[in-house]
Amino acid sequence: MTIDGLLYIALVFTLVLGAAFPLGHYLAAIFEGRVQFLRKAESAFYRFSGIDPAREMRWQNYAATLILLSFIHFLLLYAILRLQFFLPLNPQHIAGMSPRLAFNTAASFTTNTNWQAYVPEAQISNGAQVFGLTVHMFISAAAGIACAAAVMRAFCAGGLTSLGNFYVDLTRVTFYLLIPVSLIAAILLVAAGVPQSFGPFITAHTINAGLQTIAIGPVALQEAIKEFGTNGGGFFNANSAHPFENPNALTNLFENWLDLVIGFALPIAFGIMLRDKPQGRALMAAMAIILATACIGTYAAEQAGNPLHIAAGVSAHDGNYEGKEVRFGIPASATFNVSATGTSTGAVDSFTDSYTPLGGAIPLFLMQIGEVTPGGVGSGFYTIIIFALLAVFVAGLMVGRTPEYLGKKIQSREIKLAMLGVLVLTLFILGGAGFSLVTKSGLASLANAGPHGLSEMLYAWSSATENNGSAMAGLSADTPLLDYGLGAAMLFGRFAFMIPVLAIAGGLAAKPKLASSAGSFPTTGPLFIGLLIGVIIILGGLQFLPADTLGPLAEHYLLAAGKTF
Amino acid sequence: MLLLREIRPALSLIILFTMLTGVLLPAGFTAAMQLAMPYQANGSLITRQGQIIGSALIGQNFKSRIYFEPRPSALMGTDAKGNAVATPYDARESGASNLAPTSAALLVSVKQRIAAYLKAYGPGPVPADAVTASGSGLDPDISAANARRQAPAIAAARHLPAANVLALVSHMTHGSLFGIIGTPHVNVLQLNLALDALPAS
Repeated sequence: MTIDGLLYIALVFTLVLGAAFPLGHYLAAIFEGRVQFLRKAESAFYRFSGIDPAREMRWQNYAATLILLSFIHFLLLYAILRLQFFLPLNPQHIAGMSPRLAFNTAASFTTNTNWQAYVPEAQISNGAQVFGLTVHMFISAAAGIACAAAVMRAFCAGGLTSLGNFYVDLTRVTFYLLIPVSLIAAILLVAAGVPQSFGPFITAHTINAGLQTIAIGPVALQEAIKEFGTNGGGFFNANSAHPFENPNALTNLFENWLDLVIGFALPIAFGIMLRDKPQGRALMAAMAIILATACIGTYAAEQAGNPLHIAAGVSAHDGNYEGKEVRFGIPASATFNVSATGTSTGAVDSFTDSYTPLGGAIPLFLMQIGEVTPGGVGSGFYTIIIFALLAVFVAGLMVGRTPEYLGKKIQSREIKLAMLGVLVLTLFILGGAGFSLVTKSGLASLANAGPHGLSEMLYAWSSATENNGSAMAGLSADTPLLDYGLGAAMLFGRFAFMIPVLAIAGGLAAKPKLASSAGSFPTTGPLFIGLLIGVIIILGGLQFLPADTLGPLAEHYLLAAGKTF
Repeated sequence: MLLLREIRPALSLIILFTMLTGVLLPAGFTAAMQLAMPYQANGSLITRQGQIIGSALIGQNFKSRIYFEPRPSALMGTDAKGNAVATPYDARESGASNLAPTSAALLVSVKQRIAAYLKAYGPGPVPADAVTASGSGLDPDISAANARRQAPAIAAARHLPAANVLALVSHMTHGSLFGIIGTPHVNVLQLNLALDALPAS
């Protein structure tokens, strides 16, 4: 590690946390209906769709409309992917996707996962990218943020029957947040060299290497919403390592910022809506402390390099460059990938399969602890609320009082539902990875042997279930087992978690809001932040450390002993 | 039955947002960018005598003693018979080796590359970027240290004073911003074009 690398990480956090405060104010204003500069377009959308914006939804309606809209959008994307050959904007004449790959991809983009079992340059047309994937990048992100807004409202007052209106939240978030920021970001990206063209691939007559065909497309706009909506689906196979997605170190920093900023702004927005800002800052602090530690950890591991390669004669100070791009360097590559797994983005600017064992274990663990640092847009917020409930429950057990969070009593229904959500995730990650590794098909998908093979499979199921989408990309994911299995994991990971969360929110909304008393456990300050971090790490550790020990940790010690596979 | 009534609003919103974010926005944005920044929007292409010779952002597979050599590229394609073959810097695709740190195959490749590097550029340190495959397989850059190591051999092959080529490398090096954003590196295609333009003595 060098001071320069640590300064880079400090710079990223300064820029992100600095922007999260004003953005949090803006988000709260959107959720409370105070942002109206596109009111006419908004009203036109409601009129055309037959939506009464004043209608209030109970949690059941909120969840049902969210799932119904997602389901219809899923079917539309499935149809687009199957039929892309016949749709416009297909200059490379790319064939329709197979049913199982289209299912996997539709599940992936509906759930904000953006797992890519397909090879973009060869298997998806420009038309399917813009009519299908780009739209899902806006809508799945907006749906997640809407769900977070619904959960926030549950804590704002007592005796509430409604969590808001899903259609209105979705529309406002898209109009006032996602579209304007993505447009500005996309313009900046084009200025830096990210293409935006619907033309065919380019043929270059190189001076020394014959003809070179260069894939190109409408990259910039998709790149912007890909990061800002924590989507992560690359226009190209190499994702943000591709020079057309991420041309230089500044765009890399900018994409990293886009990726994190909403996640950190949401708890700030929550504090504003509560009229109790320290509550939001406490959640943000817990997120930031875990993420910063993770960035430093992965950076240290990558900068130390691969001992086998150093022994073979590679410069010892350069760090592990396999799968990384020169223009970014080690600290920025590590920070980007850690940020993209601490959120649900899953974009990569370097390839995790070739990270050192500990460097790769940290992104894996960030996914397994539930993507709360700061997590996907919306999903990170409502997941950390679940952990906050568990933290006050644990504290309540220790002192023998009925736990409260923000004036709402936390009782058996809340804890049961919270654990149900958590266990669904665990079941898919450990059950799915375990099952895959005892099948022939699953074993055949592995690209690397030894403990690293286990890491690849664990990584895939963690990534799909937690709706991340990054991969140890050597894994061959377009197989019947993994297309269907991971597709199901993505859908359950999203919706079987969201429903209990909304059920908890609905129940808490109805409860009276108690004034805090001397006996209330404070949910701001270092004690609570420490407890919350402890609950997140211990719960994740208890569930996943045994499996992770056999993967990345075993590989770490074998690498130190000079063993290869 | 309650859910049936929700089909219209949900479907209508999807149609509207598909029109807005999937049609109007990309079409309008693309048109605006094609007008305002056509060079960037079309892939930062470099032309010589009216012919496209590459993109400033995409690496090329220089394999000649008179040119600077790019990083290894792990891209694989298939030949006419369907066999897997290495297709370095074939920009129809992109990707990394995805080989594990404990991969025996990776260690063999790295050792071979180290031997080749030392043979071509003489004894000395071996920069990591010179013997590892990039993330995209299309990395346009090499580290400044790597370029400086290659410079004397290339100068000799071109019968140029080594100092001239080294000076060119320094001139073409992009430093890191404020010392922390990015690494000192050189764009190989642009460096080689500048090399061709260098006067003979």
